[in-house]
Amino acid sequence: MNGKTRLWRDSKPVKINDACDIRDSIRSGRISAEEVAAAALKRIEEADPRLGAFVTVQPEQALARAREVDVKVRSGQTGLPLAGIPVAVKDNISTRHLKTTCGSRILQSYVPPFNATAVQALENAGAVVIGKTNCDEFGMGSSTENSAFHVTRNPFDLDRVAGGSSGGSAVAVAAGMAALALGSDTGGSVRQPASFCNVVGIKPTYGRISRYGLVAFASSLDVIGIIASSPRDAALLLSTVAGPDTCDSTSARVPVPDCLDGLDRPVKGLRVGVPREFFDPGLDHEVKNIIDDALRNATVLGCEIEEVSLPHTPYAVADYYIIAPAEASSNLARYDGVRYGYRAPSPRDLADMYFRSRSRGFGAEVKRRIMIGTFALSSGYYEAYYGRAMKVRTLIRQDYEKVFKGVDVLMAPVSPTPAFRIGEKTDDPLAMYLSDIYTVTANLAGIPALSVPCGFTSGGLPVGLQILGSHFEEATLLRLAQNYVNSFPVTAPPPQV
Amino acid sequence: MSIDYQAVIGLEVHAQLLTKSKLFCGCSTQFGAPPNANTCPVCLGLPGVLPVLNREAVHMALLTALALNCRVSPTSIFSRKNYFYPDLPKGYQISQYDRPLGEHGRLTVLSGERSETGKIVNRTEKSFGIRRIHMEEDAGKSIHEGMPDSATKSYVNLNRTGVPLVEIVSEPDFTSSQEAYDYLTHLRKTLLYLGVCDGNMEEGSLRCDANVSVRPRGTEELGTKVEIKNLNSFRFLQMALDYEIDRQIREIAQGGRIVQETRLWDEAGGRTFPMRSKEEAHDYRYFPEPDLPPLTLDPAWIEEAKRSLPDLPDAMAKRFMTVYGLGDDDALSLTSTPRLAGYFEECARASGNPRASANWVMGDLAYALKNSGRSIDECPLPADRLAALVQQVDSGRISGRMAKAVFEEMYRTGASAEQVIAALGMEQVSDEAALAGVIDRVLSANPKQLADYRAGKEKLLGYFVGQVMKETKGQANPAVLNTLLKQKLAE
Repeated sequence: MNGKTRLWRDSKPVKINDACDIRDSIRSGRISAEEVAAAALKRIEEADPRLGAFVTVQPEQALARAREVDVKVRSGQTGLPLAGIPVAVKDNISTRHLKTTCGSRILQSYVPPFNATAVQALENAGAVVIGKTNCDEFGMGSSTENSAFHVTRNPFDLDRVAGGSSGGSAVAVAAGMAALALGSDTGGSVRQPASFCNVVGIKPTYGRISRYGLVAFASSLDVIGIIASSPRDAALLLSTVAGPDTCDSTSARVPVPDCLDGLDRPVKGLRVGVPREFFDPGLDHEVKNIIDDALRNATVLGCEIEEVSLPHTPYAVADYYIIAPAEASSNLARYDGVRYGYRAPSPRDLADMYFRSRSRGFGAEVKRRIMIGTFALSSGYYEAYYGRAMKVRTLIRQDYEKVFKGVDVLMAPVSPTPAFRIGEKTDDPLAMYLSDIYTVTANLAGIPALSVPCGFTSGGLPVGLQILGSHFEEATLLRLAQNYVNSFPVTAPPPQV
Repeated sequence: MSIDYQAVIGLEVHAQLLTKSKLFCGCSTQFGAPPNANTCPVCLGLPGVLPVLNREAVHMALLTALALNCRVSPTSIFSRKNYFYPDLPKGYQISQYDRPLGEHGRLTVLSGERSETGKIVNRTEKSFGIRRIHMEEDAGKSIHEGMPDSATKSYVNLNRTGVPLVEIVSEPDFTSSQEAYDYLTHLRKTLLYLGVCDGNMEEGSLRCDANVSVRPRGTEELGTKVEIKNLNSFRFLQMALDYEIDRQIREIAQGGRIVQETRLWDEAGGRTFPMRSKEEAHDYRYFPEPDLPPLTLDPAWIEEAKRSLPDLPDAMAKRFMTVYGLGDDDALSLTSTPRLAGYFEECARASGNPRASANWVMGDLAYALKNSGRSIDECPLPADRLAALVQQVDSGRISGRMAKAVFEEMYRTGASAEQVIAALGMEQVSDEAALAGVIDRVLSANPKQLADYRAGKEKLLGYFVGQVMKETKGQANPAVLNTLLKQKLAE
């Protein structure tokens, strides 16, 4: 949707989904934060009824906040790297005084009393939170069809899914309703919708961005991720929200580089591995051709391409679907109807209150995963399932450690197919799980990975290229991605909204 | 012939650590705050919150593990214990499971039978095994009674949620309720000395569950064990164990079988009864807590903790015996709490008379404290003032009997011995001329008794002493009076 919404001032357009441009324009006084917020809100009003990217939009608060930012900017206040930039936040990230539903009926009216650390960082940087985006319930899904509220549609084909679980965030940026968005990625939930919607999505290293306030799905896999329309914009947001946090004991005590610095520096000589396990027979032919083209383009940039092997990749989906549900079964125990969230009316007794509140409050996929996870942790089954899954996870991580001794980054597809049709996989959970095959390993290994647009299918559907790196190498991934889009920009077909 | 059975008992003790804030958040641990006042998003288990480990709690747990001679794990792991209950907001308790902080410890306990007066007879020193010690967070409190609409509703108070605990699990090393009692007493004392727990069983800062089984004496195989919960005082522990041991023996003797179950102590009925089995049919689905990295203890930290260990009660009692020449009963009694031991020692040092100090502290002071419902911490009479009183007696300025009256006044008003003696005019009369006059008056007023005495009824000496004391309002110096009186009677 690049260029769909433009604000004209001094005869230069400001695109609502170009964060760096907005930042510069507001700084130079060419445009006000309020005007930007108003334009974003207008775009949401126009486009979102058909797309369904948002669960909650807060127009008054966003405009008021934008006006505050304008006052600060006019008074010469510095240190506001995101001044006036409209940001959408996935609805599983806590926002103070703003409903945070996780796409679930059980939290339909839950309003957090605190901000997630990442959201607080956004506010401190002068960003304007415009609203909360739709997602699969608690992040469990690959299509945003598992939202308790509505499906989010792909702006390139309204009959197709946006991907998931951060589908709302991807569509918000893709359709020009927000300049940047926060998502979360437990098994591909930022990269896959980014790939389906022709935007950039980065899942940072585990622990790079504080998880405090991110509603837990699978704690050892969850990371807050970023969706933007360019690697540059993603770098801008990442540099602002990343860093150690005393509220998150698993956040990395590693300094965060300025990812914008040297973003355009050439990548000549960068060693790129191509894992052969990611090019299995399940990979759609057209997607494969697009990725092959992208690999050739990388050689044009001076990258040295070589085939590598991550031998334990075939076990990754099975491994993931033990570990993630096991942790989820525990993380979701707190939704019991006692203190907050949905409680079934007039329960007979305590067990009845739990049973009916959770039966009605959770959707089918969430309940399926709670059951799988509960089983996997049960006495007598723990070693066979969870215990073994943790061992396989170590092997997967070791695969990456070995391969990154020989190459700097990896390139691979994000998803075996482009965006599929709404309803196509809803009755076949296994087929849905298999669509995560190329993304879950990065979460199991804790390494950073991103998706950058690299082409369209003949049917006009976007395809993303996945770039993976070793721990804390986000800057390298973003630099490679920025070089790629500088040299091989993708021309999007005409949008439908 | 009936079989002789032996009990096998193990104790699980939960001790609340005396940290200012909770185990995983900054909330206060203060007891008695208004319901749910000491809570925050973290201990309320709101969506998206994460635990951050309290370093002070780790330090206290470490001190405890070291004091109990445990092998301290350089790396221990927190796990989640999953179960549903309204006072457990996250639906799991963060606890240490398969890699606890400390293991393989021992606690040596002075034990033995007690006579009816509470004196220890047949004293023995026994060493009991500590299987493990681990850290965990407390749950909240469900309130089912005492609220206006308790008939239809239950309430939850989450002030206690997340308060740091150590769980200390003994080996099944006790063979009688007395041994279990002595162990718990000694463990409590140790925790008090370490300053890591206030030991208050009524407020629940020290809680005890017991595992009990019986087996024919001399056999190795363990019987089926029963867990008893709700043992919230030392007395209940002993009563419940005695009841349960007896019940199990009777059951077996009658040809029955012991069922593995959890029983509760019923204070009013003086018996144990089975908890509903539904509540104990738990599969806790333990797994490593992904929100907390493994707890790694720097060797320097462990060394520093070792160095900072205070005198523990046994060492203190032994020191009291050797340094101050106290008997074991007195030494044990005076070391029952660190404050009491400290009080005694200050008094003994300042007065230079440990024997008298011990008597005062265990006698009049203990009595006065008990009567005024105070603990030693709330004692209105500082140890140095009591020491001054001891010195007044030792210097002969007042008699022992007068000292008791002076003590009472000092305890009541907080005044010094000097002030009280002066105010009451209680200075002892040692002046021979003055006393001789009084003696003469007494002798001439009691001619019959005098004649009887001189005829050989020497027991009447006490009578004359009493009369002189009455005349002098007790202020006569007893030693001087005795000598003088005997002289006069012999004349």
